[in-house]
Amino acid sequence: MKVIKQIGLGIFLVGFSVFTSAIFSGYFNFTQQELDSYVSEKGYKSERIKEELLKSIVTDEKLSILEFSSKVRAAFEISNNYHNALISKYSTEKNWAKKSEEFQYKISGKPHNLSFEIAKKAGKGFFKDQPTLAWWLTFGLGIFGALLFILPNAILLGKPGIKNDGIYHESATNRGFIAWLVLIYLVTFYLLLYFMPDYVVNWTFIFDPISKALNGGNASQWFVYGFLYCTIMLVMGVRMYIKYRHNKYQIVRTTSVIFFQIIFAFLIPEIMTSLNMPGYDFKSAFPLDYDFFFEWNLKNLQNSGAIGIFILVWGIILTLIIVPVMVYFFGKRWYCSWVCGCGGLAETLGDPYRQHSNKSLNAWKLERWLIHSVLLFSILMTVVTLYCYFSGTSSLLGIKSQWIKDTYSFLIGAWFAGVIGTGFYPIFGNRVWCRFGCPLAAYLGFVQRFKSRFRITTNGGQCISCGNCSTYCEQGIDVRAYAQKGENIVRSSCVGCGICSAVCPRGVLKLENGLEKGRINPTEILLGNDVDLMKLLNK
Amino acid sequence: MEHIVIIGNGIAGVTAARHIRKKSDKKITIISGESKYFFSRTALMYVYMGHLKFEHTQPYENWFWKKNNMNLIEGIVTKVDTDKKKLVLKDQTIISYDKLIIATGSKPNKFDWKGQDLKGVMGLYHKQDLESLEKYAPNTKVCQRAVIVGGGLIGIEMAEMLRSRKIPVTFLVRESSFWNGVLPNQESEMINNHILEHHIDLRLNNNLKEIIADENGLVKSIIIEETGEEIPCNVVGLTAGVSPNIDFLNESNIEIHRGVLVNRFLETNIKNVYAIGDCAEQKKAIGQRRPVEAVWYTGRMMGETVAQTICGNKTEYKPGHWFNSAKFLDIEYQTYGWVFSEKNKSENEWHFQWQHPSENKCITIAFDKISFEFLGINTFGIRMRHEIFDKWLSEKKSVEHVLEFLADANFDPEFYKTHEAEIVAKFNQEMDRNIQVKKKSWKRIFSKL
Repeated sequence: MKVIKQIGLGIFLVGFSVFTSAIFSGYFNFTQQELDSYVSEKGYKSERIKEELLKSIVTDEKLSILEFSSKVRAAFEISNNYHNALISKYSTEKNWAKKSEEFQYKISGKPHNLSFEIAKKAGKGFFKDQPTLAWWLTFGLGIFGALLFILPNAILLGKPGIKNDGIYHESATNRGFIAWLVLIYLVTFYLLLYFMPDYVVNWTFIFDPISKALNGGNASQWFVYGFLYCTIMLVMGVRMYIKYRHNKYQIVRTTSVIFFQIIFAFLIPEIMTSLNMPGYDFKSAFPLDYDFFFEWNLKNLQNSGAIGIFILVWGIILTLIIVPVMVYFFGKRWYCSWVCGCGGLAETLGDPYRQHSNKSLNAWKLERWLIHSVLLFSILMTVVTLYCYFSGTSSLLGIKSQWIKDTYSFLIGAWFAGVIGTGFYPIFGNRVWCRFGCPLAAYLGFVQRFKSRFRITTNGGQCISCGNCSTYCEQGIDVRAYAQKGENIVRSSCVGCGICSAVCPRGVLKLENGLEKGRINPTEILLGNDVDLMKLLNK
Repeated sequence: MEHIVIIGNGIAGVTAARHIRKKSDKKITIISGESKYFFSRTALMYVYMGHLKFEHTQPYENWFWKKNNMNLIEGIVTKVDTDKKKLVLKDQTIISYDKLIIATGSKPNKFDWKGQDLKGVMGLYHKQDLESLEKYAPNTKVCQRAVIVGGGLIGIEMAEMLRSRKIPVTFLVRESSFWNGVLPNQESEMINNHILEHHIDLRLNNNLKEIIADENGLVKSIIIEETGEEIPCNVVGLTAGVSPNIDFLNESNIEIHRGVLVNRFLETNIKNVYAIGDCAEQKKAIGQRRPVEAVWYTGRMMGETVAQTICGNKTEYKPGHWFNSAKFLDIEYQTYGWVFSEKNKSENEWHFQWQHPSENKCITIAFDKISFEFLGINTFGIRMRHEIFDKWLSEKKSVEHVLEFLADANFDPEFYKTHEAEIVAKFNQEMDRNIQVKKKSWKRIFSKL
């Protein structure tokens, strides 16, 4: 069994290495003809960009993606600089006609994204030519190896029950060097994905056939990410099934998050796109879905006929009615640990790291400041956006709509939710984003704390203060602090993953949706002691 | 300002300190020779098993003590002079007190076995025992086999710990079946089998004769009393119960027997000196409880009670209905009220038992055979609600009532399979009754709130 595991790990690492090294494989260049057709397809009017691209990438030389990217970005920069210089020249000459004419030659877009688009056309080599084989060598080997590594645990871990032996002895799960390597890999991955997609263009070639089959178009970096996300959740979901096989709540919950990720977040939007509809994740609620009220989205939805209007109305009802009503009945867990994609990744890929969330009082203070600031930020951004959208202006109270959207997308959407939120799993725990950053979680938290039937019930006086519940709480809640006082746990941040209840050796904790009355039960003297004294002090 | 000195920072002492602080601004000093900060003794096993780090066993952050103005002293008390109200520590420091709480807990029992003080022989009680186990049994290389002597709660925990590092374990149990002085046979046998499932070499009816040393004074093997068999091993765990840790009081005026003798107000024979927790011995046993109760929960309850007395609200120690819990490897155990083993039960105590045909789940419900009053329940592999059983015990409900409303008492996580129907069907059949199981009702569950 152990040998099978080792072989599995080896196969996984091979697939993983092929996937990683794909970045540096293949080569990139254009022929004159390819360039011309690209420029006319994009409708670039500037002669200058044509010249620059001709000089730099129309070549027989086999350029690596790094060389290619820097040449393309330089070409766009030179071209745009050239036209900018003309614009300011005409401006000083007060030659307004010429100046406004000149604007059409400028090319907007982030340099790495422009480079990505060209690289997508200019790429050649193994991954472009043999996508199916490439898929098997990367994802195929990775999945097969990972399953070989995981499945023997069903036997190796022994009888069903809590399987936390050695977590604090292993480098990978005890913030050792393996954990740091994983952190560096994940952070780099997200930086490339968000900010330098052209560097990972080879990954997209692997998925062109699958993408074409699903939505009719070539794969973008987001398609790769979506597929990877689902794959990881499935494989690590298998690990969850084995690890928590004694606990039906965990089995059902894991199935639910995987279902919503694959069907709602991945397949339905892809199929909608193929049907010329706006691709929409019906479970993603504003303000987690922070660009729902952006002008481009509103316009897009309005121009998409009945389905667009349905999505618009659904999105608003989801946030304003469905989400809070469900939180009232079931707690925010129905979203955060049963449906949400971010939560889904945290509960599968992130499960081995859940013990690293900081339980100190200071961390709790930081959490409340940060998460509520992000909520305010997202609301402010949306107010400015909507005001500008309806009034036709470009700013509100001096805040420019474009600026605040860009700032939010960069700081919160990319850095906080992606790079930090997932990248920091191995060291800071698996719910960094959900705990400190998610504005939707903050909103659900208010409902859960003040108007909900959900609580974690403490079983009378049975707590022995061992600390398993607090240690394995991914949201950094000091569960023990309540349990050892005989108090129920009613906290806005609890996502209801149910692990505290699972790891409790004395059967003290139970997630329940009961009557609101008696949900919060402060106690001085614990159950089991003198009845009169309890009455006297617990009133 | 009155100075309260507490010897011992376990659950009893620390609970007392917290409650005194809640009610007063008295000066509080806590002395411990074991560790500066309070930790949960019951969680030590999880540190060795790698579920937790030691810091996770500390229920309060380190700033807590200063913020709440509790003075922590690391030291071992060697002498208590109740006339001068002074303590002497090992390093000769002298501490005066106005009121003294003795909460020094227990120490592992040793029965004068030959070789019981060798290197590699240890109990599992103190933080230092954990360190010693880490030293002598870090892995299978250093420790090729361990022998555990004494089949109680700590013994089975120690076996679980060692098995988590794949160390072969031989488990010597004096009784004919695991813990059958406390557990009814059905449950004791289920645990026997579960111990074997975990590949622990369980030796029932076996006692330790002696421990043999190698040339370096390390454990080499043990000899079994009954068979004379020699079992080579590197570590011996002595887990044959605990007794009050009160040797330092031998020279004092405080009256001691097995533990520090106290009355129902937890007062010793000396005014302003109290004893709580494992080290206290009730002069007269309370109800069916033992005079010395080395249990987490009773330590905590005594701490809650003595704080009231010290803060001027003189309060008798009146523990409510007995409850306890434990975990035997993978099997959780809870008990509410009194269920005695076949060995120790009275003639009037009848048992209704149910066992799952394939999983490790079973219950025993004890009731009076004449009045059918519910006396207590043992539940294995099924979690039950403390509050509900406490209420049923106070209201002296009948066993039929308990079975009818058993679903209210279930505390298993959501989506778990429930077994009330099978349990009640068995009862109906055995007792010729026709009880219908009531569906769970939130209203009833929270009716007393």
